[in-house]
Amino acid sequence: MYIIIVGGGKVGAQAARELVASGHEVTVIDPVPAKVDGINEELGQIAVRGDGTEVRIQAEAGMNRADLVVAATGRDEANLAVCQVAKRRFQAPVVIARINNPKNEEIFKVLGMDITVSATQAILAQIEQELPSPPLIRLLTLHASEFELVEVVVPAEAPTIGLPLSALELPPQALVSLIIHPDGSPEVPTAETRIEAGAGVMAVTLPQHEADLRRALTGAG
Amino acid sequence: MGCGRVGARVASELEADGHEVAVIDYDARAFLLLPTDFRGRKIVGNGVDKEVQRNAGTPAADIFMALANGDNRNAMAAQVAKHLHGVPRVVARIFDPERAEVYRELDVRAVNPTVVVTDLVREAAFGA
Repeated sequence: MYIIIVGGGKVGAQAARELVASGHEVTVIDPVPAKVDGINEELGQIAVRGDGTEVRIQAEAGMNRADLVVAATGRDEANLAVCQVAKRRFQAPVVIARINNPKNEEIFKVLGMDITVSATQAILAQIEQELPSPPLIRLLTLHASEFELVEVVVPAEAPTIGLPLSALELPPQALVSLIIHPDGSPEVPTAETRIEAGAGVMAVTLPQHEADLRRALTGAG
Repeated sequence: MGCGRVGARVASELEADGHEVAVIDYDARAFLLLPTDFRGRKIVGNGVDKEVQRNAGTPAADIFMALANGDNRNAMAAQVAKHLHGVPRVVARIFDPERAEVYRELDVRAVNPTVVVTDLVREAAFGA
Protein backbone atom coordinates (compact mmCIF):
# COMPACT_ATOMS: atom_id res chain seq x y z
CA MET A 1 0.00 0.00 0.00
CA TYR A 2 1.02 3.60 -0.52
CA ILE A 3 0.48 5.61 2.64
CA ILE A 4 0.88 9.36 3.12
CA ILE A 5 1.35 10.63 6.65
CA VAL A 6 0.92 14.34 7.29
CA GLY A 7 2.75 15.42 10.44
CA GLY A 8 6.17 14.10 11.35
CA GLY A 9 6.02 14.53 15.11
CA LYS A 10 6.08 11.66 17.57
CA VAL A 11 2.82 10.13 16.32
CA GLY A 12 3.54 10.55 12.61
CA ALA A 13 7.15 9.36 12.87
CA GLN A 14 6.19 6.29 14.87
CA ALA A 15 3.44 5.41 12.40
CA ALA A 16 5.98 5.79 9.56
CA ARG A 17 8.49 3.56 11.35
CA GLU A 18 5.98 0.75 11.81
CA LEU A 19 4.46 1.02 8.34
CA VAL A 20 7.89 1.01 6.68
CA ALA A 21 8.88 -1.97 8.80
CA SER A 22 5.82 -3.87 7.59
CA GLY A 23 6.77 -3.23 3.98
CA HIS A 24 4.55 -0.32 2.94
CA GLU A 25 5.57 2.59 0.80
CA VAL A 26 5.35 5.68 2.99
CA THR A 27 5.71 9.44 2.52
CA VAL A 28 5.74 11.81 5.49
CA ILE A 29 4.95 15.51 5.00
CA ASP A 30 6.02 18.05 7.63
CA PRO A 31 6.92 21.74 7.40
CA VAL A 32 9.71 21.54 9.99
CA PRO A 33 13.15 20.79 8.43
CA ALA A 34 14.51 19.15 11.59
CA LYS A 35 11.67 16.64 11.67
CA VAL A 36 12.01 15.86 7.96
CA ASP A 37 15.78 15.40 8.28
CA GLY A 38 15.42 13.18 11.34
CA ILE A 39 12.96 10.87 9.60
CA ASN A 40 15.02 10.75 6.41
CA GLU A 41 18.14 9.87 8.38
CA GLU A 42 16.42 7.06 10.17
CA LEU A 43 14.12 5.62 7.50
CA GLY A 44 15.62 6.63 4.16
CA GLN A 45 14.36 9.42 1.94
CA ILE A 46 10.67 9.20 2.74
CA ALA A 47 9.93 12.61 4.28
CA VAL A 48 9.30 15.85 2.40
CA ARG A 49 9.00 19.42 3.61
CA GLY A 50 5.77 21.27 3.19
CA ASP A 51 2.33 22.23 4.43
CA GLY A 52 0.37 19.02 4.02
CA THR A 53 -2.95 20.87 3.94
CA GLU A 54 -2.03 22.42 0.58
CA VAL A 55 -3.28 20.93 -2.64
CA ARG A 56 0.08 21.37 -4.40
CA ILE A 57 2.05 19.66 -1.63
CA GLN A 58 -0.38 16.76 -1.56
CA ALA A 59 -0.12 16.47 -5.35
CA GLU A 60 3.68 16.41 -5.20
CA ALA A 61 3.55 13.70 -2.56
CA GLY A 62 1.49 11.55 -4.93
CA MET A 63 -1.82 11.85 -3.17
CA ASN A 64 -3.65 10.71 -6.32
CA ARG A 65 -2.27 7.21 -5.90
CA ALA A 66 -2.38 7.03 -2.08
CA ASP A 67 -4.30 4.10 -0.63
CA LEU A 68 -4.38 5.61 2.82
CA VAL A 69 -3.86 9.05 4.35
CA VAL A 70 -2.99 9.59 7.98
CA ALA A 71 -3.45 13.13 9.34
CA ALA A 72 -1.27 13.04 12.42
CA THR A 73 -0.44 16.63 13.28
CA GLY A 74 -0.99 18.10 16.72
CA ARG A 75 -3.66 20.49 15.45
CA ASP A 76 -7.15 19.23 14.77
CA GLU A 77 -8.05 21.97 12.30
CA ALA A 78 -5.00 21.02 10.20
CA ASN A 79 -5.91 17.34 10.37
CA LEU A 80 -9.44 18.11 9.20
CA ALA A 81 -8.08 20.18 6.30
CA VAL A 82 -5.64 17.41 5.30
CA CYS A 83 -8.49 14.90 5.13
CA GLN A 84 -10.93 17.16 3.34
CA VAL A 85 -8.40 18.21 0.68
CA ALA A 86 -7.27 14.60 0.22
CA LYS A 87 -10.82 13.37 -0.19
CA ARG A 88 -12.18 16.21 -2.32
CA ARG A 89 -9.20 16.80 -4.59
CA PHE A 90 -7.59 13.39 -4.79
CA GLN A 91 -10.40 10.99 -3.91
CA ALA A 92 -8.23 9.41 -1.23
CA PRO A 93 -10.01 6.14 -0.45
CA VAL A 94 -9.38 6.08 3.30
CA VAL A 95 -8.36 8.88 5.64
CA ILE A 96 -7.41 8.47 9.26
CA ALA A 97 -7.42 11.58 11.43
CA ARG A 98 -5.72 12.03 14.75
CA ILE A 99 -7.91 14.01 17.12
CA ASN A 100 -6.05 15.90 19.79
CA ASN A 101 -9.02 17.48 21.54
CA PRO A 102 -11.82 14.97 22.17
CA LYS A 103 -14.34 17.82 21.88
CA ASN A 104 -13.60 17.87 18.15
CA GLU A 105 -14.55 14.26 17.55
CA GLU A 106 -18.15 15.12 16.68
CA ILE A 107 -17.38 17.44 13.77
CA PHE A 108 -14.96 14.91 12.25
CA LYS A 109 -17.67 12.25 12.39
CA VAL A 110 -20.36 14.54 11.02
CA LEU A 111 -18.09 15.53 8.13
CA GLY A 112 -17.59 11.90 7.24
CA MET A 113 -13.96 11.31 8.08
CA ASP A 114 -13.48 7.55 7.81
CA ILE A 115 -11.53 6.81 10.95
CA THR A 116 -10.65 9.07 13.84
CA VAL A 117 -8.15 8.27 16.53
CA SER A 118 -8.26 10.25 19.72
CA ALA A 119 -5.19 9.73 21.84
CA THR A 120 -6.95 11.15 24.87
CA GLN A 121 -9.86 8.75 24.47
CA ALA A 122 -7.52 5.83 23.86
CA ILE A 123 -5.60 6.63 27.01
CA LEU A 124 -8.78 7.01 29.04
CA ALA A 125 -10.11 3.70 27.75
CA GLN A 126 -6.81 2.10 28.62
CA ILE A 127 -6.89 3.57 32.12
CA GLU A 128 -10.44 2.36 32.66
CA GLN A 129 -9.42 -1.09 31.56
CA GLU A 130 -6.42 -1.14 33.87
CA LEU A 131 -8.24 0.25 36.87
CA PRO A 132 -9.14 -2.35 39.45
CA SER A 133 -12.89 -2.66 39.37
CA PRO A 134 -14.51 -1.45 41.54
CA PRO A 135 -11.96 1.26 42.19
CA LEU A 136 -10.60 2.17 45.54
CA ILE A 137 -10.20 5.89 45.84
CA ARG A 138 -7.47 7.28 48.03
CA LEU A 139 -8.99 10.26 49.80
CA LEU A 140 -6.11 11.42 51.96
CA THR A 141 -3.03 10.34 53.82
CA LEU A 142 -3.48 10.80 57.52
CA HIS A 143 -1.28 13.38 59.08
CA ALA A 144 1.73 12.06 60.98
CA SER A 145 0.95 8.41 60.32
CA GLU A 146 1.31 5.87 57.55
CA PHE A 147 -2.42 5.30 57.35
CA GLU A 148 -4.58 6.57 54.56
CA LEU A 149 -8.29 7.16 54.24
CA VAL A 150 -9.87 5.43 51.26
CA GLU A 151 -13.33 5.03 49.81
CA VAL A 152 -14.76 1.98 48.13
CA VAL A 153 -18.20 2.02 46.52
CA VAL A 154 -19.92 -1.34 46.74
CA PRO A 155 -21.03 -2.49 43.27
CA ALA A 156 -24.52 -3.90 42.77
CA GLU A 157 -23.33 -7.44 42.20
CA ALA A 158 -20.79 -7.64 45.06
CA PRO A 159 -20.97 -11.00 46.89
CA THR A 160 -20.47 -9.18 50.18
CA ILE A 161 -23.87 -7.47 50.03
CA GLY A 162 -25.95 -8.32 53.09
CA LEU A 163 -22.98 -9.44 55.18
CA PRO A 164 -22.29 -7.69 58.49
CA LEU A 165 -18.91 -6.02 58.86
CA SER A 166 -18.02 -8.62 61.50
CA ALA A 167 -18.20 -11.32 58.81
CA LEU A 168 -15.63 -9.61 56.55
CA GLU A 169 -11.97 -10.50 56.67
CA LEU A 170 -10.51 -7.02 56.85
CA PRO A 171 -6.73 -6.63 56.63
CA PRO A 172 -4.84 -6.00 59.89
CA GLN A 173 -5.31 -2.55 61.37
CA ALA A 174 -7.93 -1.63 58.77
CA LEU A 175 -10.81 0.29 60.24
CA VAL A 176 -14.16 0.87 58.56
CA SER A 177 -14.92 4.35 59.83
CA LEU A 178 -17.95 5.60 57.99
CA ILE A 179 -20.65 4.30 55.68
CA ILE A 180 -22.46 6.58 53.27
CA HIS A 181 -25.78 4.95 52.40
CA PRO A 182 -26.95 5.12 48.78
CA ASP A 183 -29.44 7.83 49.84
CA GLY A 184 -26.51 9.96 50.99
CA SER A 185 -26.99 9.58 54.74
CA PRO A 186 -23.88 8.79 56.79
CA GLU A 187 -23.60 6.17 59.50
CA VAL A 188 -20.81 5.29 61.90
CA PRO A 189 -20.82 1.55 61.46
CA THR A 190 -20.81 -1.14 64.11
CA ALA A 191 -19.89 -4.82 63.77
CA GLU A 192 -23.53 -5.49 62.86
CA THR A 193 -23.75 -2.92 60.05
CA ARG A 194 -24.42 -4.73 56.80
CA ILE A 195 -22.84 -4.04 53.42
CA GLU A 196 -25.35 -2.73 50.92
CA ALA A 197 -25.17 -2.15 47.19
CA GLY A 198 -24.14 1.37 46.22
CA ALA A 199 -22.91 2.27 49.69
CA GLY A 200 -19.69 4.23 50.02
CA VAL A 201 -17.41 2.63 52.56
CA MET A 202 -14.75 4.88 54.07
CA ALA A 203 -11.94 3.03 55.72
CA VAL A 204 -8.55 3.71 57.20
CA THR A 205 -5.85 1.33 56.09
CA LEU A 206 -2.16 0.92 55.41
CA PRO A 207 -1.22 1.53 51.74
CA GLN A 208 0.11 -2.00 51.31
CA HIS A 209 -3.28 -3.42 52.32
CA GLU A 210 -5.38 -1.49 49.79
CA ALA A 211 -5.97 -4.48 47.54
CA ASP A 212 -6.89 -6.75 50.45
CA LEU A 213 -9.32 -4.18 51.79
CA ARG A 214 -11.01 -3.80 48.41
CA ARG A 215 -11.35 -7.56 48.13
CA ALA A 216 -12.74 -7.87 51.66
CA LEU A 217 -15.36 -5.19 51.05
CA THR A 218 -16.48 -6.04 47.54
CA GLY A 219 -15.33 -9.59 46.94
CA ALA A 220 -13.67 -8.42 43.71
CA GLY A 221 -10.07 -9.28 42.90
CA MET B 1 -15.10 34.65 14.79
CA GLY B 2 -11.74 36.41 14.66
CA CYS B 3 -11.69 40.00 15.80
CA GLY B 4 -8.70 41.24 13.86
CA ARG B 5 -8.79 44.26 11.59
CA VAL B 6 -11.19 42.63 9.17
CA GLY B 7 -13.35 40.98 11.81
CA ALA B 8 -13.66 44.13 13.89
CA ARG B 9 -14.52 46.24 10.87
CA VAL B 10 -17.09 43.82 9.56
CA ALA B 11 -18.66 43.56 13.02
CA SER B 12 -18.99 47.29 13.46
CA GLU B 13 -20.31 47.87 9.95
CA LEU B 14 -22.91 45.14 10.26
CA GLU B 15 -24.01 46.52 13.60
CA ALA B 16 -24.28 49.99 12.08
CA ASP B 17 -26.46 48.43 9.37
CA GLY B 18 -28.83 47.30 12.10
CA HIS B 19 -27.80 43.67 12.55
CA GLU B 20 -27.25 41.98 15.89
CA VAL B 21 -23.61 40.91 16.04
CA ALA B 22 -21.55 38.80 18.45
CA VAL B 23 -17.77 38.47 18.13
CA ILE B 24 -15.53 35.61 19.26
CA ASP B 25 -11.78 35.87 19.74
CA TYR B 26 -9.44 33.87 21.92
CA ASP B 27 -7.60 37.07 22.87
CA ALA B 28 -9.67 39.62 24.80
CA ARG B 29 -7.25 42.35 23.69
CA ALA B 30 -8.53 41.89 20.14
CA PHE B 31 -11.80 43.55 21.16
CA LEU B 32 -9.89 46.83 21.50
CA LEU B 33 -10.13 47.03 17.72
CA LEU B 34 -13.91 47.41 17.98
CA PRO B 35 -15.38 50.90 18.19
CA THR B 36 -16.04 52.00 21.76
CA ASP B 37 -19.78 52.16 21.14
CA PHE B 38 -20.00 48.55 19.89
CA ARG B 39 -22.95 47.00 21.69
CA GLY B 40 -22.69 43.38 20.54
CA ARG B 41 -21.54 40.52 22.71
CA LYS B 42 -17.84 39.75 22.95
CA ILE B 43 -16.93 36.16 23.73
CA VAL B 44 -13.40 35.14 24.65
CA GLY B 45 -12.64 31.61 23.54
CA ASN B 46 -11.58 29.24 20.81
CA GLY B 47 -14.05 29.88 18.01
CA VAL B 48 -13.58 26.39 16.59
CA ASP B 49 -15.02 24.92 19.77
CA LYS B 50 -18.68 23.93 19.57
CA GLU B 51 -19.43 25.09 23.11
CA VAL B 52 -17.76 28.47 22.64
CA GLN B 53 -19.83 28.91 19.51
CA ARG B 54 -22.94 27.98 21.45
CA ASN B 55 -22.14 30.58 24.12
CA ALA B 56 -21.96 33.17 21.37
CA GLY B 57 -25.48 32.26 20.31
CA THR B 58 -24.47 30.45 17.11
CA PRO B 59 -27.46 28.05 17.07
CA ALA B 60 -29.75 31.05 16.58
CA ALA B 61 -27.49 32.84 14.10
CA ASP B 62 -28.45 33.50 10.48
CA ILE B 63 -24.85 33.92 9.39
CA PHE B 64 -21.52 32.75 10.83
CA MET B 65 -18.29 34.35 9.63
CA ALA B 66 -14.87 32.84 10.23
CA LEU B 67 -12.42 35.69 9.75
CA ALA B 68 -9.42 34.61 11.84
CA ASN B 69 -5.97 34.31 10.34
CA GLY B 70 -5.63 30.59 9.78
CA ASP B 71 -7.31 28.96 6.79
CA ASN B 72 -7.72 25.68 8.60
CA ARG B 73 -9.21 27.25 11.70
CA ASN B 74 -11.63 29.27 9.61
CA ALA B 75 -12.68 26.27 7.57
CA MET B 76 -13.24 24.13 10.63
CA ALA B 77 -15.08 26.84 12.58
CA ALA B 78 -17.38 27.49 9.63
CA GLN B 79 -18.19 23.80 9.30
CA VAL B 80 -18.82 23.43 13.04
CA ALA B 81 -21.28 26.34 12.79
CA LYS B 82 -22.94 24.84 9.74
CA HIS B 83 -23.11 21.18 10.67
CA LEU B 84 -23.28 21.19 14.47
CA HIS B 85 -25.31 24.36 14.97
CA GLY B 86 -27.28 24.43 11.73
CA VAL B 87 -26.33 27.96 10.68
CA PRO B 88 -27.79 28.37 7.18
CA ARG B 89 -25.03 30.53 5.74
CA VAL B 90 -21.37 30.37 6.68
CA VAL B 91 -18.56 32.56 5.36
CA ALA B 92 -14.86 31.82 5.76
CA ARG B 93 -11.77 33.76 4.82
CA ILE B 94 -9.47 31.28 3.10
CA PHE B 95 -6.15 32.64 1.81
CA ASP B 96 -5.19 29.56 -0.21
CA PRO B 97 -7.16 29.79 -3.50
CA GLU B 98 -7.21 26.03 -4.04
CA ARG B 99 -8.49 25.25 -0.57
CA ALA B 100 -11.05 28.05 -0.96
CA GLU B 101 -12.36 26.10 -3.95
CA VAL B 102 -12.52 22.87 -1.93
CA TYR B 103 -14.62 24.55 0.76
CA ARG B 104 -16.92 26.21 -1.76
CA GLU B 105 -17.84 22.74 -2.94
CA LEU B 106 -18.66 21.96 0.69
CA ASP B 107 -21.12 24.86 0.83
CA VAL B 108 -18.86 27.21 2.76
CA ARG B 109 -18.84 30.68 1.22
CA ALA B 110 -15.10 31.04 0.99
CA VAL B 111 -13.71 34.52 0.46
CA ASN B 112 -10.23 34.49 -0.95
CA PRO B 113 -8.15 37.61 -0.18
CA THR B 114 -5.23 36.36 -2.28
CA VAL B 115 -7.22 36.48 -5.49
CA VAL B 116 -8.93 39.74 -4.59
CA VAL B 117 -5.72 41.53 -3.65
CA THR B 118 -3.92 40.20 -6.73
CA ASP B 119 -6.61 41.73 -8.91
CA LEU B 120 -6.44 45.04 -7.05
CA VAL B 121 -2.65 45.16 -7.29
CA ARG B 122 -2.77 44.53 -11.03
CA GLU B 123 -5.44 47.14 -11.41
CA ALA B 124 -3.39 49.67 -9.43
CA ALA B 125 -0.28 48.93 -11.48
CA PHE B 126 -1.74 48.74 -14.97
CA GLY B 127 -5.25 50.18 -14.77
CA ALA B 128 -6.27 53.52 -16.12
